[in-house]
Amino acid sequence: MFYIYCPYCGEHREEEEFHPKGQAHIERPKDPEACSDEEWGNYLFFRNNPRGVHHEMWVHAVGCRKFFNVTRHTVSYEILETYKMGEQPSITADSQKQPREPAAVSHQEGVRA
Amino acid sequence: MQRYSGFGLVKHALSHHENWERQWRNPTPKKQYDVIIVGGGGHGLATAYYLAKEFGVKNVAVIEKGWLGGGNTARNTTIVRSNYLWDESAALYEHAMKLWEGLSQDLNYNVMFSQRGVLNLGHTLQDMRDIQRRVNANRLNGIDGEVLDAKGVQALVPIMDCSKSARYPVMGASWQPRAGVARHDAVAWGYARGADALGVDILQQTEVTGFKIRDGQIYGVHTNRGDIEAKTVGCVAAGNSGVLANMGGFKLPLESHPLQALVSEPIKPILDTVVMSNHVHGYISQSDKGDLVIGAGIDGYNGYGQRGSYPTVEHTLQAIVEMFPIFSRVRMNRQWGGIVDTCPDACPIISKTPVKGLFFNCGWGTGGFKATPGSGHVFAASLAKGEMHPIAEPFSMFRFHSGALIDEHGAAGVAH
Repeated sequence: MFYIYCPYCGEHREEEEFHPKGQAHIERPKDPEACSDEEWGNYLFFRNNPRGVHHEMWVHAVGCRKFFNVTRHTVSYEILETYKMGEQPSITADSQKQPREPAAVSHQEGVRA
Repeated sequence: MQRYSGFGLVKHALSHHENWERQWRNPTPKKQYDVIIVGGGGHGLATAYYLAKEFGVKNVAVIEKGWLGGGNTARNTTIVRSNYLWDESAALYEHAMKLWEGLSQDLNYNVMFSQRGVLNLGHTLQDMRDIQRRVNANRLNGIDGEVLDAKGVQALVPIMDCSKSARYPVMGASWQPRAGVARHDAVAWGYARGADALGVDILQQTEVTGFKIRDGQIYGVHTNRGDIEAKTVGCVAAGNSGVLANMGGFKLPLESHPLQALVSEPIKPILDTVVMSNHVHGYISQSDKGDLVIGAGIDGYNGYGQRGSYPTVEHTLQAIVEMFPIFSRVRMNRQWGGIVDTCPDACPIISKTPVKGLFFNCGWGTGGFKATPGSGHVFAASLAKGEMHPIAEPFSMFRFHSGALIDEHGAAGVAH
């Protein structure tokens, strides 16, 4: 069971209030007509599926109903941070390789599933 | 290979069953093989078995990082059926079904395949229309199927709540009598024993750490037990396929999700068929041991952790109790999760890749177990000839660029 911090509500809530919505930070091609089949297929169907740090969207379905982003580890399931749409993650797979500063995850620590 | 038989059982009883032959060897890796299979689950072992038995390729290694059948082969709910809607998937799963029907004899290993039938329930008018369409499509493809009304369902499963007062009343079901369940571990072990007897090397606790690729052609793999060479490599690594594809320098349209299942305490025989419902989303059967085997949908988030969230378990059990109020006080014994590699169109990938000689068989998502023999057979044929088997052809990974998807998602009874 996750205990997720909604950056819009500013509160931790239980997983059942949320739905996962897949990989975050996907940009729709500016001019779809100009895409090759490969580019369009990649945009539609190909997702990062890392064994490690993953940036994903969740929606606070029975709360504020807003989408937001979560950085989560896909093996430990630990939620490393949550942040609003349009913001960039402060924790990435690369930054994870260095030792983490404890302050960076302060009150947003997720409960392990 | 020592053949199993009733007589053998009596003979070994005289020596207190202490002299049974080991089912497979534990060989040291050779430097070079004709074909390497990465992944020692059901599909990988079946591939190796059919390669050696039907296609005369005996210099084969199966590389497994853990132990045989320790992944999803040991974690599924053992349901076998072939009532898929589209021609492509119907052909694949029916191919598997025909192999299932003779598998115990073929392997000389009791896989406990029990054709007790599978019900896919309909709870809405649209469900019933979809069921009729699917059963008709199945029949045109030579797959058995019947549409039952609520009375017919009640007659088959007297303990189910088919009353009109249910929250989601059962309106009917599709019924595939030839479908059923099989003993999942025995499938992996039977294929391993059969393959080993034909000369296949099964290398357990050997992890592939990279591919050896030169000029776009594969010529071997790096492992934690040294390099092994082969001009043909087939990857059948389920949840870890994406990680392997990265090693090969390309991406697969897969996402790995946790899929959970649970079993109850053993109880006396009460359910002699398999009941699945897409609408309330749960499925259930009873094993020979007596425990109820229960499963449902995936957890929506990506995960490699082989465990999921409790709300998913709770929803599954709500569905089961909705259908079977009589089970409301049955206690659950164990609950676990596997990692399933799901494709956007809910169909597998059995395909060549951008690397010559490297083949992938993955993306089975939530329903790979039922296809084990068929998947292994068509993949073995493809590896042996270097060209995709006609049944495997539509499942190319390049369909996600051409757009020729096989949209089995939602169209058929794709609860597994």
